[in-house]
Amino acid sequence: MTTESTTQPVIKARQLDLTFQTNDGPVHALKDVNLDINKGDFVSFIGPSGCGKTTFLRCIAALETPTGGTLSVNGMSADEARRNRAYGYVFQAAGLYPWRTISKNIKLPLEIMGYSKSDQDKRVSEVLELVDLAGFGGKYPWQLSGGMQQRASIARALAFDADLLLMDEPFGALDEIVRDHLNEQLLQLWARTNKTIGFVTHSIPEAVYLSTKIVVMSPRPGRITDVIESPLPKERPLDIRDTPEFIEVAHRVREGLRAGHSDD
Amino acid sequence: MKSILAVLTVIAVIIALWYAACVPMNIKGVLVEAERAGAEVQPPSAKVRRDMGEIGLIIDNSFAIPATWEQARPRLPAPHQVATELWNTTVGKKITSKRSLIYHGWVTLSATLLGFAIGTGLGILLAVGIVHSRVMDMSVMPWAIVSQTIPIIALAPMIIVVLYSVGVQGIIPKAVISAYLSFFPVVVGMVKGLRSPDHMQLDLLRTYSASQSQGFWKLRLPASMPYLFASLKIGIAASLVGAIVGELPTGAVAGLGARLLAGSYYGQTVQIWSALFAAAILAACLVALLGLIERMVLKRMGIAS
Ligand SMILES: Nc1ncnc2c1ncn2[C@@H]1O[C@H](COP(=O)(O)OP(=O)(O)O)[C@@H](O)[C@H]1O
Ligand SMILES: [Mg+2]
Repeated sequence: MTTESTTQPVIKARQLDLTFQTNDGPVHALKDVNLDINKGDFVSFIGPSGCGKTTFLRCIAALETPTGGTLSVNGMSADEARRNRAYGYVFQAAGLYPWRTISKNIKLPLEIMGYSKSDQDKRVSEVLELVDLAGFGGKYPWQLSGGMQQRASIARALAFDADLLLMDEPFGALDEIVRDHLNEQLLQLWARTNKTIGFVTHSIPEAVYLSTKIVVMSPRPGRITDVIESPLPKERPLDIRDTPEFIEVAHRVREGLRAGHSDD
Repeated sequence: MKSILAVLTVIAVIIALWYAACVPMNIKGVLVEAERAGAEVQPPSAKVRRDMGEIGLIIDNSFAIPATWEQARPRLPAPHQVATELWNTTVGKKITSKRSLIYHGWVTLSATLLGFAIGTGLGILLAVGIVHSRVMDMSVMPWAIVSQTIPIIALAPMIIVVLYSVGVQGIIPKAVISAYLSFFPVVVGMVKGLRSPDHMQLDLLRTYSASQSQGFWKLRLPASMPYLFASLKIGIAASLVGAIVGELPTGAVAGLGARLLAGSYYGQTVQIWSALFAAAILAACLVALLGLIERMVLKRMGIAS
């Protein structure tokens, strides 16, 4: 059992299917999705909008219930994993509470999960440091820029002990320069915390820069068309994006996206 | 500075229109009095005058215009008459006097505040129930809406009679009517406020496996505060109306409603108008006070910058 659990993937999806029943008829959001995500992986989901990236992430988070197939998270059902607080989830919008300071916002999950007061304070200062927001704990969200707010929301997802971090286009609403900077920081953070990360994006450079594994998806019905293991080293300065290896991976992703498109 | 000037101009225009309106409203009564006092009035026949237009009378008897602002029992009292009456019955009278508007105002205010407290409490409780239970949403909300379609003036006497028959009188029936009017805006506002967190906020709490009560205290309740205060301002004004209406059918001897009633029994229009203004001023003060509390609370919460 112990040997099995160390080798078992964090996320294991087999023939996962999800059909939404809508007023305009059924929407086949996920079809026959098979995927393993191992501990410490940085996995990006890329594809045109409507291909089910968000839906798949929400299935892992047990915010949606698949209509077919099996899905295990940390060896349990997704719902059990959610109740065990197995993951932190970062939404596209920061969604900080305007009536709480940044520190108090980060304490929100800690309060809910019943961490002690002193532990809360310790963790808040740790994660503020981690996302480079030390000194901003006493500020209210409206006093921070969009990028800082999003970093605060990442800190909020890091504050409690979850080995899995799920991020749905967390930098989608930010400009390119801020985005580059945050991507760099995210990689450092991933290296330091050794978390498993699932990351949704529709930017090819972002996906290639960040990931150890890139999952290319295509729509109608939402499915996986390619899974690319990145040959890039774990250590990645920003200018790695100009290397031939990087460009080659990016090319393969683009091909995968195009293939997904051509057959509809 | 410019806006103060604009505000003063508006007030001046309103007062000028009011004075102007007093002339046609009161001219007939003034002419009757003048004739009785021996003045020469055109046309001399009271019967002819009764069927004449006011404008014609004013043109024929321009000497009588100033008197239209000084009548003891005018149809429409002039602004300074109301102001003088307000002054005399507030500053000029001991608070314990039965003629003090402060005393009457307090009688109404106490019923208003009690009713407001009951109405607000009830409104919040109902809203919490409605938001958390589909059954309550479907069963309570329609009744709450229907309750507000019944004219309060028709309902108030029934409430008072029913409560009287079970031995409840005094401030309570007034407070009940007051609560009846004020709970509704609070229910509507609080339901909207408690439901204001969006899908993402609720999903976020689900990712923490937060309980319903944690969701309520940490998200729904704080998010509803701006909505609550907007409702409270409407609610307190409605409470005051309720308390005044509650004084009318009982022939109460104290309260602003009683002053209105007594004024109309005895044709004391000046008294009616000063009681009306006292009620309006009281309502304005209550709303302003709530606005102040709102600013303080939201500022402490960090929402208002
Ligand atoms: N709650 C829902 N109800 C109905 N249809 C939905 C729902 N959520 C997503 N969908 C549909 O499922 C498909 C995939 O959506 P989504 O996972 O959000 O795509 P992506 O994140 O890749 O842009 C889309 O066609 C979308 O309209
Ligand atoms: Mg999406």
